[in-house]
Amino acid sequence: MKMPVPDAGVLARRAEIAAELQRILPPDAMGRRVIVETTELAPYESDGLTAYRQPPMIVVLPETAAEVGCVLRFCRDAGVKVVPRGAGTSLSGGALPLADGVLVAMGRFNRILDIDLHNRCVVAQPGVTNLAITESVRGRGFYYAPDPSSQIACTIGGNVAENSGGVHCLKYGLTTNNVLGVEMVLMSGEIVRLGGKHLDAGGLDLLGVVTGSEGLLGVITEVTVRILTKQATAQALLIGFPTLESAGSCVAAIIGAGIIPGGMEMMDKPATQAAEDFVHAGYPADAAALLIVELDGPAPEVTALVERVGRLATEVGATSIRASRDEAERLRFWAGRKAAFPAVGRISPDYYCMDGTIPRHRLPLVLGRIAEMSGRYGLRVANVFHAGDGNLHPLILYDANAAGELDKAEAFGSEILKLCVEVGGVLTGEHGVGVEKRDLMGVMFNDEDLNQQQRLKCAFDPDGLLNPGKVYPILHRCAELGRVHVHRGQTRFPDLPRF
Amino acid sequence: MSTPLDPATVDDLRDVIRWAVAGNGDFEIAAGGTKRDFGRPVTAAYQLDLGKISGIGLYEPTELVLSAKAATPLSVIEEALMDEGQRLEFEPPDWSALLGTSPERATLGGVIACNLAGPRRIKAGAARDHVLGFEAVSGRGEVFKAGGRVVKNVTGFDLSKLMAGSFGTLAVMADITVKVMPMPETTATLTIVGLDGPTAVQAMTAALGSPNDVSAAAHLPADVARHSVVAAADGDAVTALRLEGLAVSVQARQAELERSLAGFGELGRLGPEESDSLWREVRDATPFAVVPDEQIWRLSVAPRSGAEVATAIGAEIGGRYFLDWGGGLVWLAIAPRPDAAHNEIRRAVDAAGGHATLIRASTEIRAQVPVFHPESAALAQLSARVKDAFDPRRVLNRGRMRPDL
Repeated sequence: MKMPVPDAGVLARRAEIAAELQRILPPDAMGRRVIVETTELAPYESDGLTAYRQPPMIVVLPETAAEVGCVLRFCRDAGVKVVPRGAGTSLSGGALPLADGVLVAMGRFNRILDIDLHNRCVVAQPGVTNLAITESVRGRGFYYAPDPSSQIACTIGGNVAENSGGVHCLKYGLTTNNVLGVEMVLMSGEIVRLGGKHLDAGGLDLLGVVTGSEGLLGVITEVTVRILTKQATAQALLIGFPTLESAGSCVAAIIGAGIIPGGMEMMDKPATQAAEDFVHAGYPADAAALLIVELDGPAPEVTALVERVGRLATEVGATSIRASRDEAERLRFWAGRKAAFPAVGRISPDYYCMDGTIPRHRLPLVLGRIAEMSGRYGLRVANVFHAGDGNLHPLILYDANAAGELDKAEAFGSEILKLCVEVGGVLTGEHGVGVEKRDLMGVMFNDEDLNQQQRLKCAFDPDGLLNPGKVYPILHRCAELGRVHVHRGQTRFPDLPRF
Repeated sequence: MSTPLDPATVDDLRDVIRWAVAGNGDFEIAAGGTKRDFGRPVTAAYQLDLGKISGIGLYEPTELVLSAKAATPLSVIEEALMDEGQRLEFEPPDWSALLGTSPERATLGGVIACNLAGPRRIKAGAARDHVLGFEAVSGRGEVFKAGGRVVKNVTGFDLSKLMAGSFGTLAVMADITVKVMPMPETTATLTIVGLDGPTAVQAMTAALGSPNDVSAAAHLPADVARHSVVAAADGDAVTALRLEGLAVSVQARQAELERSLAGFGELGRLGPEESDSLWREVRDATPFAVVPDEQIWRLSVAPRSGAEVATAIGAEIGGRYFLDWGGGLVWLAIAPRPDAAHNEIRRAVDAAGGHATLIRASTEIRAQVPVFHPESAALAQLSARVKDAFDPRRVLNRGRMRPDL
């Protein structure tokens, strides 16, 4: 992975830069807020994508938006790169530090500022964990809908940066559909507020592009999210199928019947077996594909839908159907799915998780091709699939200690993602581009597409100092991107009469 | 053959915008033209008519996805969806009566460019939440695309959100992919008669804070309810709550809501047809369409403060209001004033947090009064830099949102 060449001039001024940052962020009762010692930098050297490691030049721990503003303005003036970091759970290297960059760690922004049940929203600092938001309102019958599997650790600021998903996106949306407002600091040090407790933007919808911008546009210092009322009941169905095709048909039949389940997850046989061996959820051992369908709402609705889905599953050839009889059983059905990644971790020294999204009906074709690739690369694969929204998580099993296996796993992964794009899908559904998929962006977008996206970045960060080397494979200077190409000699339209 | 100013393909569109970029003039963008009077007036050299860039390209009901060219009439899309028992969940409004234009001409591109959503906004999101991807020509004369045709997608910046609500000031969309959803089996509306604004907001807050999955919540004071075709009010104020879904579910939720809201006043029920009529009126602000010279504002505030903001403005400058989005959307109609009372209205909105948009006023007034809510200095500068990123020569809808955009 090629990262931008570290700036020798900046590295030479490291002590001077650290001294100025210490002036902005003096030590407090909790300790130093500017970290420069090699041993203390080590914990920050990677995020959830541990294949890549790079200690930052300096780590800073601000705790107010004004402090973040001072840090960014200083870095802008000094020409120093900045990488923001929440809990560091990114699976795509979004928070991978730069050798000549300041890592802005947002861990001290850890307070919930306002629980406003009347307006059905929570205002939180960005370092609050996703789950803590739900926990703060659970007793009052509310919850925060997006639930990435890292929700116990990942922060709401990171969720906004990555536009995180979860298993309930089909019915309840991604982060972007559940964020009402943010306060953010631009690289200039200016603080802007986008949205609030009200809906929609009064001008251009900048909140919409900031969400999912992977730390390239600004540093989020406050988030307002909408909270939903908890459904009265939920019941899960565990359905086994003899083939992946029949499971795929069942998904299409459910959606075709106008049913939008709260969650709809599919696992192939290797993933099912690994999960069953790990947590003993009672998954059918003989099924080629397993579907978990969760239906939520008022009791009479759930009862009716469970019956309907069961009927649809039978029609397409399901070999086993079980409906959860109580809350404990429902949670047991989910336990296997939720533990699928660690379960696969037990049967392989390492695994590499992919994240493409495909149109649902291409699933049998894509899984067939993945099986063929698996044979060709000589690496096993287990498939976990958010079937409701077409988000595929193939887990490629490899051994990092075996020579060449990591390279092979990465090549295998690239081929899967290219296939996703080829069938009308996308490179990443919820994990982000980061450094991991950066060099594949050209598979999905041409130069004009990518240039236009980068021009937007220039509007926020004209010097390209915020999280460079992520998302976009080629860094252009903003002056070069901003140039207008005038196509002279345009004779097709003679002078037209004006209004 | 298309003439230069009514391109039929994305290549035509690119060529004509390049011609403008070369210094030959600028464009007001229109397809059906139903929203030309929404926003600041554009004084461009030419009108770019997208009407020929029309037609549904892809519709896969079991994938919940539809792609259409930007100027495809909404009526065509809604008919295709209806045939498969589906719909655009954000409930696109039809403001033709409000703005005095022809209803048949509204297009997908227009409703997305203005990011318009109806009463279901509180549950299903805005138009922007349903745009999965698009292809467009920027004000630089470059064809570009973003997003895709799947719901779960975080590949690159989410420019679909930015295009929605940019009023054609950044790029001209040629093709748009949207998410579609199944139509519910049935719809019912619960009404409470005779509440004042603040009490109505309390009732709506209680309903929306319950697990009954209310898909719309509006309050029509007596002087607005009077213009409604729904007879429920009989001259009194009406607060309405909509439930959608399976019949068994709607019945259960309706009973539960009735139990919990009994203390608020006299409860009534509207059947599916009357319910549809009422929500169409709320969606399209029909009660305000009947008095043609009133100036109309749309205020988005925290739902709990809707009635207070409306009452405070009413005490200062008069006028009528009604509430949608559980109180979060205030529709305001005032007697015409040369300044459209923008200072008084925006002061009240700023105090509560939110934004106010001038929806209907004469061309002269819309040229002078900020139609969209003024932004902080830093944000206004950022928006201008975003405009520069897409349309540095100001050839697209210059002035629609702000004089400098």
